[in-house]
Amino acid sequence: MAFVALGGSTAAKKQAPKKAGRVALLLLLPGIAYLGLFFLTPLFSLILTSLKTPSASGDIGRYDYAVEFGNYLFAVEQYMPQILRSFMFALIATVVALAISYPLAYFIAVKARNKPLLKGLLLTLVIAPFFISMLLRTFAWKQIFSNDSWIVNTLKSFGIFGTDSYIIGTDFAVIFGLVYNFIPFMTLPIFSNLDRLDLRLLEASGDLYANPITTFRKITFPLSLPGVISGTLLTFIPISGDYVVASRDFLGGPDTAMIGNVVEANFLRIQDYPTASALSVLLMAAIVILVSAYVRRSGTDDLL
Amino acid sequence: MKFSLGKYLLPTYVFLTFLFLGIPIAYTFVFSFNDSIKSNIIWRGFTFDNWLNVCNQQDVCDAFANSLIIAVSATLIATVLGTMIAIALVRYKFKFRSATNLLLFLPLATPEVVMGAGLAAQFLDFGWPKGMLTVIIAHTMFTLSFVVVTVKARVATLDPALEEAGRDLYANPAQVFMKITFPLLLPGILAAAMLAFALSFDDFIITQFNSGSIDTFPKFVYTAAARGIPPEANVIGSMVFIVAIAIVVTVQVRSSIKQRKLAKK
Repeated sequence: MAFVALGGSTAAKKQAPKKAGRVALLLLLPGIAYLGLFFLTPLFSLILTSLKTPSASGDIGRYDYAVEFGNYLFAVEQYMPQILRSFMFALIATVVALAISYPLAYFIAVKARNKPLLKGLLLTLVIAPFFISMLLRTFAWKQIFSNDSWIVNTLKSFGIFGTDSYIIGTDFAVIFGLVYNFIPFMTLPIFSNLDRLDLRLLEASGDLYANPITTFRKITFPLSLPGVISGTLLTFIPISGDYVVASRDFLGGPDTAMIGNVVEANFLRIQDYPTASALSVLLMAAIVILVSAYVRRSGTDDLL
Repeated sequence: MKFSLGKYLLPTYVFLTFLFLGIPIAYTFVFSFNDSIKSNIIWRGFTFDNWLNVCNQQDVCDAFANSLIIAVSATLIATVLGTMIAIALVRYKFKFRSATNLLLFLPLATPEVVMGAGLAAQFLDFGWPKGMLTVIIAHTMFTLSFVVVTVKARVATLDPALEEAGRDLYANPAQVFMKITFPLLLPGILAAAMLAFALSFDDFIITQFNSGSIDTFPKFVYTAAARGIPPEANVIGSMVFIVAIAIVVTVQVRSSIKQRKLAKK
């Protein structure tokens, strides 16, 4: 409708914009309709499902439409530890990934700027983990850290580690796996920001007797904030909903379950769709609130 | 002291970080040669058998084939729809532009588990059986925004004067698009398609919620993890890795040769 209206309003003046309006409509409509049907309405389905009540017939996995707000209360009461753990893990993993990725991105963008071959090689190495299944990589860490593995035995033989200690199944293992998986997601946006950094600014700062630390604190880092923001969002959001790393078959244990694990179990195993949906809606709401607050404070509107 | 620290500290750090990033990749590759029967946990000796007879483990091969079919289909649809949106966003003025931008940004900012569960809930409401089609629909949905972002960057670098010149020379709109716009956009479109393919191929969470009994490669690995992943899965993972790296290196080398040629002229 909007596009037609646009064409109509300018029709009196010129022929061309009207046509442009129609072309824009034709170009946009299929994709936008697709996202409307398979991204937007599913979010409403999720809300509707989260309010359903078990079917009167009593069959497992059958629910009737209702307005059962109690589902949310139940979900929060039942799964508070997992909800808190998700955001805790996501926060810690994001901070650690930022600390690891920033120097990496800085080196590729600034130190390797005039060496195209080295830069290309390093960028390829950053994205290389993407090319091998995330699940295989996570499983590899599980085997590297498994109870009889070389690393664990070495730690034990040096006495750093007690004989009955283990790594897999601990919070440490899960956060470690999350950090590993998301380093490229953090590095790339920071790199593409620092890649455009005007090096003359750093020179000017040096000329004005700022030491390298002051230069970084007052110039490099503030200018790279948009990259840092997209990197932290690209890391924090997927981690908060991840359930592979924390799964007991991968790096997790009985006490590492995150929201994703609970949603998976409720939706796909015990077919408690309302509880799973309520948790998903809560996760989505928390993300929307966090992201908009974060973006507003940091003042970056241009996220795309 | 400070000079040498600055000079060697960062490169050493970068080297160690890449070593760290490479460990699980190397591990997966090495264990693809492990002479194990079913579960691939302890090193039992070197063999080429897993590579030569990947499809002895029939499930892995079937899952891999499904992943390819899904990734190709989703990539085709998402690339066409996404390219159209990208052109419209850069070239035309229209109302509700910010609403459109928001709708395109949201899938990038939504945890996969939410998109997966939402879509699954909708398919349940519609009474659509889960299968290959629902996975393709889901993958097209979550890769679309990535295509738009990637192609948009390319459209923005395009000089509208080139298309104008085409029109001045009496080319009709179809000719202008086919002879000027499309060839110039092609590198961006190909990059977007490769990204969409990689995202779809490696996706697990959205797939698990919407695939029913259909197995994809990541889903196979997830299910197998409970009892041990067979070495054939490592073979397929390593193969995909080698092909992908070969493509990336080829593209980089070709573009650097092109740049050098241009510089000479």
